[in-house]
Amino acid sequence: MTLLFETLFNGLAIGSVLLIAALGLAIVFGLMGVINLAHGELIMLGAYTTYVVQLIFRLPFLAPFYDAYVLVALVAAFVVSGIVGVLLERTVIRRLYGSPLETLLATWGVSLILQQFVRSVPLASAAGLVLTLLLALLGPAVLPGQWLAGPRGRFTRAGVWAGAALVGVLAAASLGSLVPSLSRANPRNVDVTAPAWMRGSIELAGLTLPVPRLVIIVITVVAVLGITWFLARSVWGMRIRAVTQNRPMSDCLGIPTETVDVLTFGVGSGLAGVAGVAVSLLGSVGPNVGASYIVGCFMVVVLGGVGNLLGTVIASLAIGVMTDLIGAGRLLTAWPGMPPSIAAVVDFFATTSMAQVLIFSLIVVFLQFRPSGLFPQKGRLVEA
Amino acid sequence: MALLEIQEVNTYYGESHILRDVDLTVNSGEMVCLIGRNGVGKTTLLKSLIGLLRPRSGTVLLEGKPIDRMAPHQRARAGVGYVPQGREIIPQLTVEENLLLGLEARPGGLGRHRQIDPIVYELFPILQEFLPRKGGDLSGGQQQQLAIARALLGQPSLLLLDEPTEGIQPNIVQDIERAVRRIIAETGIGVLLVEQHLHFVRQADRYYAMQRGGIVASGPTADLSQDVVDRFLSV
Repeated sequence: MTLLFETLFNGLAIGSVLLIAALGLAIVFGLMGVINLAHGELIMLGAYTTYVVQLIFRLPFLAPFYDAYVLVALVAAFVVSGIVGVLLERTVIRRLYGSPLETLLATWGVSLILQQFVRSVPLASAAGLVLTLLLALLGPAVLPGQWLAGPRGRFTRAGVWAGAALVGVLAAASLGSLVPSLSRANPRNVDVTAPAWMRGSIELAGLTLPVPRLVIIVITVVAVLGITWFLARSVWGMRIRAVTQNRPMSDCLGIPTETVDVLTFGVGSGLAGVAGVAVSLLGSVGPNVGASYIVGCFMVVVLGGVGNLLGTVIASLAIGVMTDLIGAGRLLTAWPGMPPSIAAVVDFFATTSMAQVLIFSLIVVFLQFRPSGLFPQKGRLVEA
Repeated sequence: MALLEIQEVNTYYGESHILRDVDLTVNSGEMVCLIGRNGVGKTTLLKSLIGLLRPRSGTVLLEGKPIDRMAPHQRARAGVGYVPQGREIIPQLTVEENLLLGLEARPGGLGRHRQIDPIVYELFPILQEFLPRKGGDLSGGQQQQLAIARALLGQPSLLLLDEPTEGIQPNIVQDIERAVRRIIAETGIGVLLVEQHLHFVRQADRYYAMQRGGIVASGPTADLSQDVVDRFLSV
């Protein structure tokens, strides 16, 4: 019985990391059909954001709130990755809608640029740059409309950019002087230390549950519920669903489709940032941390059925449980009297990496027979 | 001032010249019917008006203002309602959500308007019954009623109807005719109708006949002679 619970919990923990990493991709790739190979790097940016937020909360005047830095990091990571995603959509991906191969190559290039960016740019400057982008992109939305109309609008826009740049430079400079380790470029991995309450583990019904794993499960559940509510109930969610199902007609009904694209991409990218916070709790953070997740993300989305959020959830949890079953050699524990020949095979796959090899092979075989995944979209949508 | 005025519009599909120097006007409170055999460019003309296709030359004026450089969603908000051929209901959304999307064309869009005007249930009672169903699960005739209701909820000043009775059982055709006539009488909007169904064509005030991408005849439908009908309607 304990074995069952332990398998379930570990599977849930592994699965929820996969799920939170793939959730943003389920929207960007699943709903919009954009193959974004830079998704892993958006996760990486979220992880670095957590690192920066953590260092800021070490400052004397914020130290009393240190325990709460993870909450701030979640919001900050969503915003940072969301902003970078929006910028990526408006500058690169928008021009490549309808040509998947070019999108794939271009976003792969972007992923390499982002990896090198965090290696060679001081994180303080990067934070200032993101702040500039945030202010400059949000500015026109906040200012009264009459300031932006007519010939005066160009001056207002230029002023917003200049002001945002100034704020960004000042923020970068002060952050660099307050936290010296952020003022130099650092190509090596960094470590995010969890606050005290997140270390250790909880004993429950004979099980040892590590707290960071529990926190990741909670983050994942909240993110999944939040995004489900957003898509199913909010006005913008309805617009997103309409545009993904019938773009030309949505346009004819008065839905601003380009704004919907930007928002959809921004939300998907922001979720990648949230995943970055979760990832940073599991191990050290480096420029390549995102690249190690991207294949798994695409696997989960394709296995679950492209465009199906529930499919992504089930696929990632199933993969999680299977990884634990195979990788931790639990089959041997459950059935000790196994014939030695089978036991040898089970033992061979009983490491995390070999378990992944086996599971990915099984997924490849499965997709040969069910190319559209566990839960394929039905009906007219497919032909359109 | 005419509600809709089209001058010398030329539209191409790639390199093939589809619309040739089309001139046409629709006034408020008027139903104008566009007739012609299959493939003469009637649907292309409507698509050029809503903005799915960009005319290469010519002007499109709505209430005197040019709309030919606008994107479809801007034209919808400017007052053009569009019921396309094939209905184009959003299949995985419920009937209610499809109707709500009709409100997007009103100023402020769905952010400001969340109330479905009950007039559409009066015009098409079946919709109220099917509110929680998926749009894609309705029959063709029901989808057509939904598409018209959706367009009307945007309170357009000009309604574009592309073959609303194509492939639909006769009793629903009558419902649709009645609904369109009633909307024109009550709200005074203008309707541009593409239609093959002679009974519906006769309801219109004026007609334009198209051949090979150009307007070749026009006049009040009262003057529509059997000869013209035989030439331009494929019945």
